[in-house]
Amino acid sequence: MIEVDRLTKNYGLVAAIRDVSFSVAPGQIVGFLGPNGAGKSTTMRILACFMPASSGVAKVAGFDVFGQSMEVRRRIGYLPENVPLYTDMRVAPYLDFVAEVKGIGRSERRRRVADVMDRCLVADVQNRLIGKLSKGFRQRVGLAQAIVSDPEVLILDEPTIGLDPKQITEIRSLIKSLAGQHTVILSTHILPEVSMVCDAVIIINKGAVVAQGPIDTLVEQFFPTSRLEVEIVGPSPAVRERIGTIPGVLSVQDHPAANGAGRYMVEAARGRDVRAQIFQLAAQQRWELLELKRVGLTLEEVFIRVVAGEESTEISAETTAEEPTP
Amino acid sequence: MKIWAIFKKEMRLYFTSPVAWVVFTIFLLIAGYFFYSIFAFYTLASMQSAMNPQMGRDLNVTDSVMRPLFSNISVILLLLMPLVTMRLFAEERRAGTIELLLTYPVRDGAVLAGKYLAALALYAIMIALTLLYPAIVVYFARLEWGPILTGYLGLLLMGATFIAVGVFASSLTENQIVAAITTFGVLLIFWILGWSADYAGGTAGKVLQFLSLLEHNDSFSKGVLDTKDVLYYLNFTLLALFLTLRSLEARRWKG
Repeated sequence: MIEVDRLTKNYGLVAAIRDVSFSVAPGQIVGFLGPNGAGKSTTMRILACFMPASSGVAKVAGFDVFGQSMEVRRRIGYLPENVPLYTDMRVAPYLDFVAEVKGIGRSERRRRVADVMDRCLVADVQNRLIGKLSKGFRQRVGLAQAIVSDPEVLILDEPTIGLDPKQITEIRSLIKSLAGQHTVILSTHILPEVSMVCDAVIIINKGAVVAQGPIDTLVEQFFPTSRLEVEIVGPSPAVRERIGTIPGVLSVQDHPAANGAGRYMVEAARGRDVRAQIFQLAAQQRWELLELKRVGLTLEEVFIRVVAGEESTEISAETTAEEPTP
Repeated sequence: MKIWAIFKKEMRLYFTSPVAWVVFTIFLLIAGYFFYSIFAFYTLASMQSAMNPQMGRDLNVTDSVMRPLFSNISVILLLLMPLVTMRLFAEERRAGTIELLLTYPVRDGAVLAGKYLAALALYAIMIALTLLYPAIVVYFARLEWGPILTGYLGLLLMGATFIAVGVFASSLTENQIVAAITTFGVLLIFWILGWSADYAGGTAGKVLQFLSLLEHNDSFSKGVLDTKDVLYYLNFTLLALFLTLRSLEARRWKG
């Protein structure tokens, strides 16, 4: 549905994106990730036909964003990053205007606008001036204008920023409900959100795509091992050594613990479940096994590894925050 | 019709924000004052001429009240119209709403047409409100409607030109003040070009006189409908609109 091939955009001498290539299948929800200034918004603006690329090709629904911009624009709904709306207009007339400009007939329009206001939970404020609305409401009005024409492709730049946790959940389920009939590409800072909503991710850093694919595949690709966290009361060197001899275990490391017991991080080959062996070992040695749990490797760790490399602590703190400071 | 959608939106923005109301109020206040002072002066002149019949020969209410009124109104417009047009594109750029507007399936030409026509409609309403003045005059004296009709046509054409220049300036910047000053500057320069026509002399003088915005409006208020003047305003308008369209399209091409 979306095909991007070696897209490059220069601002003067600075390249905002370089040779970005990816594709999105119809009906998919794809998360577009990257630190601030990585080129997410630039890519989305090009896809939305707001500005041309310096080189490369981008196609939406088979139409070129540059050569057949009108065809593309008929098929997309776009929500820019800062949600620009006419602050001097009221919600319902604004959505009616958008629907009319998007070419929806008068009778159909009334139904669509009412429907989209219900879905985006803005029906209660439909007679208020947009400029007087809170950030959360404005965000939802922005989303409403993107989906009012029921477009094939949705391009959403940070759709949940500035919302409270309840609203975030509501908007997420709304976006999820769009999957299937709509293709969605959304950018975000909130990594858990991507795991919840998206089928696949594209990670971009410093203007270049550094990883892409379904989340599980990416996790496997970047972390070919599975991890266990074990808490055992027993002589530390012996515990480490004996666990290390279990077939499939690749490494055992001390993991700082609060109480007196020893905590260990056990890394095993992916697909080998060594929990039973560890339990038996502890029973046999009469060590007290206090805890044994699998540590899920998340997208977050993939993100940190591909984007920030080793010096990750500072950035991981920022990327996990709900609203990172710019 | 997408032009209609844009037109309605712009009109709504003019009237839900205080812009239209403030502009109407200020305009009518100043125009009303001009009308009062011209009409009062005419009353005095006609009273004096009642005592001195020689003086009354050239007294004509259309020529002595409406004609100066039209020329005074055009001065108010010169100052006021840049403030009406400055927000059309500049505000959309500053607020970022242009990013949405230009990614909707609507041609740049339709966006421009909708915005231009909205400003023109606002202007037409404003001018129509001044019909009150000839209505007052006709209560006391006999008016010739021909020159009044051409006078209003002249105002409309000149206003159309002002708005086109204003829209162009607004499309160039995201700063409304810059747009307003640019519009005012361009209009004022074309306004005063004719002043030096007399001593420039020869061909240069003729060219300067022909370029003057003011010069072409004068004949309308005399009741003269000259194709030369009509074409001048239409060409000026179309050129400014064409340049606006180019400046909008430039953004789509600039790699």
